[in-house]
Amino acid sequence: MTRRITRLDRGGRLIDRARDITFCFDGRRIPAHPGDTLASALLGAGHVLQGRSFKYHRPRGPVAAGAEEPNALVTLGGRARMEPDLRTTTTEAFDGAEARSQNRWPGLGLDLLAINDRLSAFMPAGFYYKTFMAGRSWEKLFEPIIRRSAGLGPAPTEADPDSYEQAYAFADVIIVGGGVAGLAAALEHGRAGARVWVLEQTPHWGGRAVVDAEADGATIDGLAPEAWVKAALAELEALPNVTLRTRMLAAGLHDHAHLIALESVADTTPGADLPRQRLWRMRAGKVIVAAGALERPLSFPGNDRPGVMLASAVRDYIVNWAVSPGKRIVILTNNDDAYRTALVALDAGIAIPAILDLRKTPNGPLVQAVRDRGVRILPGHSIAKVLGSKQVKGIALCRHESRGEAWLERIPCDAVAMSGGWSPTVHLWSHCGGKLAWDTEAAFFAPDPDKPPLGADGKAMAQCVGAAAGALRLDACLASAMSAAPQVETPAEEPIQPVWVTPAEAGPHLRAKMWLDFQNDVKVSDIQLAAREGYQSVEHAKRYTTLGMATDQGKLSNINGLAILSQALDQPIPATGTTTFRPPYTPIGFGAIAGEARGEIFQPLRRTAMDAWHEDQGAHWEPVGQWRRPYCYPGKAEPHSAAIEREVLAVRNSVGMLDASTLGKIIVKGPDAGRFLDMIYTNMMSTLAVGKCRYGLMCSENGFLMDDGVVARLSEDTWLCHTTTGGAEAIHAHMEDWLQCEWWDWKVWTANVTEAYAQVAVAGPNARKVLEALGGVDVSREALPHMSWTAGPLGGFDARIYRISFSGELGFEIAVPTSQGMALWSRLLEAGKAFDIRPYGTEALHVLRAEKGFIMIGDETDGTVIPQDLGLNWALSKKKADFLGKRAHQRSFMASPDRWKLVGLESLDGSVIPECAIAPAPGENANRQRNTQGRITSSYYSPTLKRGIAMGLVHNGPDRMGEEIIFNADGKEVTARIVSPVFYDPKGEKLDV
Amino acid sequence: MLRLTCPHCGVTAEETELTPGGEAHLRRAGPDATDAEFESYLFARKNPKGVVFERWRHAHGCGKWFIAARHSVSWQVFGTYPAQTTEPPADLIETIRAAIPTWEGWQ
Ligand SMILES: [Zn+2]
Repeated sequence: MTRRITRLDRGGRLIDRARDITFCFDGRRIPAHPGDTLASALLGAGHVLQGRSFKYHRPRGPVAAGAEEPNALVTLGGRARMEPDLRTTTTEAFDGAEARSQNRWPGLGLDLLAINDRLSAFMPAGFYYKTFMAGRSWEKLFEPIIRRSAGLGPAPTEADPDSYEQAYAFADVIIVGGGVAGLAAALEHGRAGARVWVLEQTPHWGGRAVVDAEADGATIDGLAPEAWVKAALAELEALPNVTLRTRMLAAGLHDHAHLIALESVADTTPGADLPRQRLWRMRAGKVIVAAGALERPLSFPGNDRPGVMLASAVRDYIVNWAVSPGKRIVILTNNDDAYRTALVALDAGIAIPAILDLRKTPNGPLVQAVRDRGVRILPGHSIAKVLGSKQVKGIALCRHESRGEAWLERIPCDAVAMSGGWSPTVHLWSHCGGKLAWDTEAAFFAPDPDKPPLGADGKAMAQCVGAAAGALRLDACLASAMSAAPQVETPAEEPIQPVWVTPAEAGPHLRAKMWLDFQNDVKVSDIQLAAREGYQSVEHAKRYTTLGMATDQGKLSNINGLAILSQALDQPIPATGTTTFRPPYTPIGFGAIAGEARGEIFQPLRRTAMDAWHEDQGAHWEPVGQWRRPYCYPGKAEPHSAAIEREVLAVRNSVGMLDASTLGKIIVKGPDAGRFLDMIYTNMMSTLAVGKCRYGLMCSENGFLMDDGVVARLSEDTWLCHTTTGGAEAIHAHMEDWLQCEWWDWKVWTANVTEAYAQVAVAGPNARKVLEALGGVDVSREALPHMSWTAGPLGGFDARIYRISFSGELGFEIAVPTSQGMALWSRLLEAGKAFDIRPYGTEALHVLRAEKGFIMIGDETDGTVIPQDLGLNWALSKKKADFLGKRAHQRSFMASPDRWKLVGLESLDGSVIPECAIAPAPGENANRQRNTQGRITSSYYSPTLKRGIAMGLVHNGPDRMGEEIIFNADGKEVTARIVSPVFYDPKGEKLDV
Repeated sequence: MLRLTCPHCGVTAEETELTPGGEAHLRRAGPDATDAEFESYLFARKNPKGVVFERWRHAHGCGKWFIAARHSVSWQVFGTYPAQTTEPPADLIETIRAAIPTWEGWQ
């Protein structure tokens, strides 16, 4: 590419010409000034080509100068700090920045994947749908090619080293947009004493008005807009109730005026000791949207060539950054505003060879001003072709009211500025239900003030002012934002002439060269094809053609696309409507969304009183709910399997101890507590004697098993309910739900005391001896039989001792206040030395319970399993008239004997059956999937039995004892025999000692 | 994200402080219910495009359940009241009727 130094000699209101910085683009050093965007600096260094399109890999330059940019996307930063798909037009240049072009191979200038462009005739609208719906062979053939060639920037593969924070703010009024309308609204509400925030997404205040005044000399209260903005800011800064923020993007407006905003804090100083970005969650009494308007491109042949730009963008580059996309710029317009671009270009010494005005007799003051400077104005003329491929070399002139086949003239130029009119930026207004109305005169959708998004009080929570409300002219703009609006002098403008395709009678060949959506390569012909193929809803046409998808979300293409769809369907534009505006307005990185919730503080980690000891012993941790529990305690170089085997055998042969503190503990107390528990549990709990324990099941109202655990009756009106570790909070909430919302007149109180107690399970034939060694309360067989509890001193601890067992061995669980947990643990270890006591982890616990055929919530249950499936009918009280789940168990499917039920499974070869194994059955189901007759729910190696054991749910399993069935896991088959799930001590002799 | 005022403690809470509990004022169908009654209780929900009565728990606050009457399209909140009742308060019903004269009523 030829290098053209296009930085202008003068001007550039946003850049600091006295200072030089440098960044890298595709390995080349690009000179820049503070205040530049990547786009302005690249243009200043002669790089118009800044990207490739998504589908056809066509060469592209920036078409805009702001957030609506679809083309000029780059990847910024390297390795872990790499961020793809950033718009060069909104990315601030900083010293040392590294930017790379995307979606090209091997390079931006020579992109071999541009072959897609030659194949474009074979990739029309709906190409992806048609290809992928056509069948598997097409998928296999095309998918790898498409995946390789389609796409934007790559995702980083390393963890992001930057930090992000989230903040909250509350305001009476949040104003989105720091142009003159936003600042006027801020003055209005700030002076009245409201708590006001003003959010401006760019680093600069003033918006369009300050740029446009360079062309038209408009004044506000006799001041140039730049001076008026300065004065307004000075006044606002002095108000303590007003907060002004630049570089803060209002991304989405949600229910009840909940605004999400992203503040750039340290994007230009990577590695600084600051959060890179801050995500704000804001609540407003009212949100004032002063987000301005977006200029629309025109659909003419070749409108996607690098160097074809929005007229307002050309103006911005010249005025703000002293760069120009060319030295000879042809302007194509259907309105007066584009003449402002001609005026600033002429002032900067840039040639305007011609202005092609699609209107027949343009004659407003701005037109006249340009004509007076000798510029050739060609009413009713248009562009038949843009000459040049990677950069503009000229245009072929034609009449607008023509087929575009007769070239009247070639006009040499190196850039084209286009203006199809403006569309108010209604995104935030629309995010939360604000409705739009089509303004035929102005040819845009504007917010319908009668149908605003509503707040909790049923009143409008948002209001649009300025250009966002459709008030494009400076005087109307300020009048809409302020009750005592300042005096504005601005030239009059003649009406726009809506034009959606030019030349107007272009045939299919030319329409296939008119781009609507630059990023997704959607052309006028694609929308027309979609309409012909029956995609009449704008939402369907969008998905069929991909119009308005990806990072720019159709900011430029939306209105043009639906206008063309309306034409194709021969209906007025309002009948077509718009697609849904969804947040965020521009993309937000995942880092900011995650905020501080990453790594160790992703979620709270709950630790028991003995956690440090486990850590010290080198416990391998297992997350359970938000707790961490020792999975096993491997010795040095000891594999986990060996540690688990050792721990299981310790319990079976002598004694082991387990940190059971995480088990849920809920106190239920009150005169109606027994009655309440009879409803919550399937068993009868009201008849449980004081001093006794009972294993209980809980079902949801639709009959499925939710949780289980041992219930102890502590006193006449007090029960202690143990829940699973993961279930404590949910079960407590479940109890409160029923108490507060159904049986609110019952006298019951619940308290979740899980964290108040440390609990240690001591299990094994020598368990009692360990407790006796501590001394204290009588724990003999007679004084403390199985399924009872006692309280009293134990080794000096104020303990409650439950004689319960989840291992099948003689077992005790000792609860003490959490503060004494570690001391108790140490004393038990000490006292157990004589019996070679071993701590055991959750995996040994699981193996021990599986050997006994005890179920585990979450293994044997999955939300579709009822107690009857698990052979737990004995726990379903027949005496009770009612309990949660009782009615559900009478439903025909539930009551049917023909269900998958729990059995034990022994592989014939003694191997451990994979946990994911399924037992296939002959035939296929209605979805043409293979029938099944059972699945594994738990599977372990049993150190006690020296073989694999498993439990599973098998169709009519308990009636099929002794039968052999085949399980299949990952293509491997294992034959298993159906047996009782109780593999160890079926008579329970070990318990009753 | 909604903002609802807890009628128990008076806090106007962000939705993240609350847990939802679905349609309010369901009448529990017990063991004597017919299949149709029980099915309706378990699964059938009104889900109107209009005024909804929803259960919410101020889970990260006072822990109490309450009921919110709001509009499912406009998000207007007509009022909240403690869940310990079988029907909406009369003044709230009047408020809703005043706002939406065509309202079919809560039953
Ligand atoms: Zn509350």
